Parts: sequence; structure tokens; C-alpha cells
Amino acid sequence: MSDTIALGLSRAGLETRMFFREKDAVIFTFSFPIILLVLFGSIFADQFKGTGITVSQVYTAGLIGAGVMGAAFQNLGIGIAIDREDGTLKRLAGTPMPRSAYFVGKMLSSLVIALLEVLILLAIGVFLYGLDLPTEFSAWVTLTWVLVLGLAGAALLGIAASSLPRSAKSAAAVISMPFVVLQFISGVYIPFTELPPWLINISSVFPLKWMCQGLRSVFLGEEGAQLELTGSYELGRVALVLAAWLIGGLVLCLMTFRWKGRRDG
Amino acid sequence: MTTAIHVRGLTKRYGDVRAIDGLDLEIRQGEVFAILGPNGAGKSTTVEILEGYRKRDSGEVRVLGVDPQKATREWRAKLGIVLQTANDAAELTVRETIRHFAGYYPASGDPDEVIAKVGLTEKADVRIRKLSGGQRRRVDVALGVIGNPELVFLDEPTTGFDPEARRQFWDLIKGLAAEGTTIVLTTHYLDEAEALAGRVAVIAQGRIVAEGDPATLGGRAAAKARVSWLDGVIETDTPTETVLELAARFDGEIPGLAVTRPTLEDIYLTLIEAPRV
Repeated sequence: MSDTIALGLSRAGLETRMFFREKDAVIFTFSFPIILLVLFGSIFADQFKGTGITVSQVYTAGLIGAGVMGAAFQNLGIGIAIDREDGTLKRLAGTPMPRSAYFVGKMLSSLVIALLEVLILLAIGVFLYGLDLPTEFSAWVTLTWVLVLGLAGAALLGIAASSLPRSAKSAAAVISMPFVVLQFISGVYIPFTELPPWLINISSVFPLKWMCQGLRSVFLGEEGAQLELTGSYELGRVALVLAAWLIGGLVLCLMTFRWKGRRDG
Repeated sequence: MTTAIHVRGLTKRYGDVRAIDGLDLEIRQGEVFAILGPNGAGKSTTVEILEGYRKRDSGEVRVLGVDPQKATREWRAKLGIVLQTANDAAELTVRETIRHFAGYYPASGDPDEVIAKVGLTEKADVRIRKLSGGQRRRVDVALGVIGNPELVFLDEPTTGFDPEARRQFWDLIKGLAAEGTTIVLTTHYLDEAEALAGRVAVIAQGRIVAEGDPATLGGRAAAKARVSWLDGVIETDTPTETVLELAARFDGEIPGLAVTRPTLEDIYLTLIEAPRV
């Protein structure tokens, strides 16, 4: 157990270093939420009537959720598919490294990447779009648990999804496609009031909608609650769904994870 | 001497294909053992079963006294595996990678010493992506031996090397063998097996068709010698006598004289042809 933690930390350092040296991956992971926030925030500068909340502030909250999911789900889904093909997993499976150390490393490195992304997006929100950082302690507590639960669930989903692509080449397409669709139906880019109910029902199954809802509660405050479909942020349900995904993701990983590539038989 | 690897009646099927069909193998501790065979003969499947990467269908397998299907971390720590193709860790430097892997093993060697041993001291701080193919394989070997293993597997280690890189790589393997490490090597190159291995086994169609000292494999030492000169060829068991007769006939220097025995390659080609008849 102590080996797993020590080697997991060592792997986290290594994974983070590798990530930031791989310029393509850095740009791929960081640029989308940042560019889209600047773009949408500049295009849709209106206020919601009677709330004092601007559309760009809503986008900031939503894109922080999308950014976290990108750093966890997308980054791990693609990264592990590549690890499976380039020999990383095979090599590690041949060493006495405890296998859980690999996952600890991946999860911690995506935590570092996600935190950095959150800080950048928050800075854009605060300096460009007049987003107020929460002043109440309880809001920071909410922010912490939403981020940690959301990130862990999304990371586990990404680890499970890494088994889907047939090769490293197809990984970016196979992993990014559902993620982009999910962003559009989870209220990141398009408000729920514009979506048909059946799409909302689909997105309500997945964690992104709930993560974004939790984040809006932190950054938009009480006045923003009336913009929600139910007129409330439903923090209890947010916690429940995110926790369910955490457990479901873990089960899915344990059931489906492959240390070998498809061609390795 | 103690046994490093013991295999009896190993079989493995892929669908209807019998990849391994009743294979027996006995490798002693401290020896360099080469497994030869054409593509698809079952070399890599056999080695991957020994390494614990694949499951067998039937048969008895012991590697360092342990069934590889019940691999433990302690057992893995005594093994070094040099993979056939790996392109991982491209953005890390040689030293970062070796140091990190040293942390996995309870009795690891000194990273800088291992880097020196594989001849990469000057490249220690270079990212692996920037290394040549031969240097890349040296990193693989370094990762295979950083844990001070008792047994090292090398799967086709010099494929794609230029002749000079191959010679240098052989010296590296000879150095490991001299330290007493048991080495199991698969290769396509017969000169490689001859240069490195104390014993070789030839696998064809999932079975061992010949096994022994590369110098005597398949009756090589007992085969007839070929004496050839400018206008004649004789196959004989007594080449010295033939040469003396020829010397007398030509009264001195024999024009274009050559005395040859079948090469390992000749023997190998007849061995892998035989079972197909």
C-alpha cells in the first residue's frame, strides 16, 4: 500500500512532466475551453433580465466544468489509448510496479492539469467578464467537492473509455466526439431553456450537466438559481449523481480495462 | 546447475491455429539461450507465456520456480523484459526514465552505472524521442536490467540495426552474460545466435525441431565438408586428406581452394523446411 502511494506520486510527477512536454496535447487540452470562453463571452455580452448576471458569466461557470472534464475524461481517454499502443502499458505490466500506481499517477496528473485550467478560466471570468469570486466559506466548500467528485468521476470514465478506440490514431476522434456532443446538451454552450426535453433527459444521465450546475451555484449565487430549469441548483442531486458516476466509473474501469492492445492478442 | 526455465508439453491455440503444439524447454541458470524460428513459428508467443503476458492452454511452465500465470511482484522483480517494439516515454530523458524505473525494484542498480553500462552516458540528458533506433534499444535494455534481474528476456533485440550497432549491442549482451545473468533471446539472425548463445533451439510450427550447441546443431559438425577448387568440388568426411591429394596433384598451391562446412543458416533452413513435408 505504501508502495502504491509512493510510486503513484512518482508516476504523477512523471506523467505531468510528459504532458507538459508534449506541446500538441497541452494545446489540445487547454485551448478549447479558453478560446471558446473568450469567443462566446465576447459575442454574448447581454444580461439575463432582473438578475444582474451576464451570459459570459454563465459561460465561465459552464466552461470550467467542460475544462475539468476535458483534462480528466478527454485527456485520459486519449492518453491511455496511446499508452496502450506505444508499449507503455506492456512495459509497466512487466515490472513489479503495483498496477494501481499507474492509475494514481494518471488521476493525480489530471488533477494538476484541471486545477491549472480552472485557474486560467477563472482569471478570464474575473478580469474580462466581471465574475465575482465567492465570498462565503460554504461556496468554496461546494466548489471543492464539485470539482473533486466531478474530476474523479470524469477521470474514471476516461480510463474506461480508453479501451474503446481501436488505435491511438483514432483515439482523439472516438473520445472527443461524445465529449463535444455532451457539452452541447449539458448546458455548457446552450442554455437548457433552448433545448428540447428529450435532450435534457439524455444529458441528465451524464456527470457534466451536474458538474456545471454545481459550479453555477458557486459563481452565480442565489440570483442565478431562477435561471435553472427547476429554479434551484439542486446541490443534493448534484452530489448524488456525481458520486454515482464515481462508483460506476470505478466498476466500469475494473471490468473493462485492458493492459494489452488489440493487436497483442 | 539449477533450472531457470522449465517447460513441458506447452500448447496454445488461437482459434483453429495451433500456435504452440507440445513444446518442451529446459534452460539453466546462467546460460545464454537463443530461440530461432521463422515468423509465426511461435517464438514470441512462447516468450510472452514465459514472461507472464499470455495464458497457456495446457502444459507445465516454471520460470525461476514460479508459474508465470501466478506472477507476483517479487517474481517480476527478478525478471527483466526487453520488449520487441516500444516507443513510450518519448518526452522523457534517458536518465529520468531509468531513475523512475529503478524505483519499481527492491534491489535496483545505480541508474548512472546502468546508463554507462549500455553506453548512453553522453545521451543521459537527451529526450528519448531524439535517440537513434539503436540507442532507443539500449534504453530498453537498461530498463530491462535496472532491477538487477536474474533472468532477462530479449525479443528480437537487433532488428533494424546497422552492422556496427549490432556488434556493439552484442558486446553489451556478452557483458551481461559474463555477470551471470540468464539470457533468453529470440532472433531471426543466425549469426547473432551463434555469436551470443551457448545453446539454441529452433522452433517451427509450434515445436522445437532441434536444440543444442550452435556449432553442432542438427548434425552440423558431423556433416560432410565441401572441398572446392578452380575446376572441381568434392564432398567428403576427410577434407584434410583430399586437400593433401590435391596439393600433390597441383604440385603446390591449389587454385581457388575453399573448404567449407554447412553454415548454421544451411542447417537452420533444412530444419525449418523438414516438418512441412
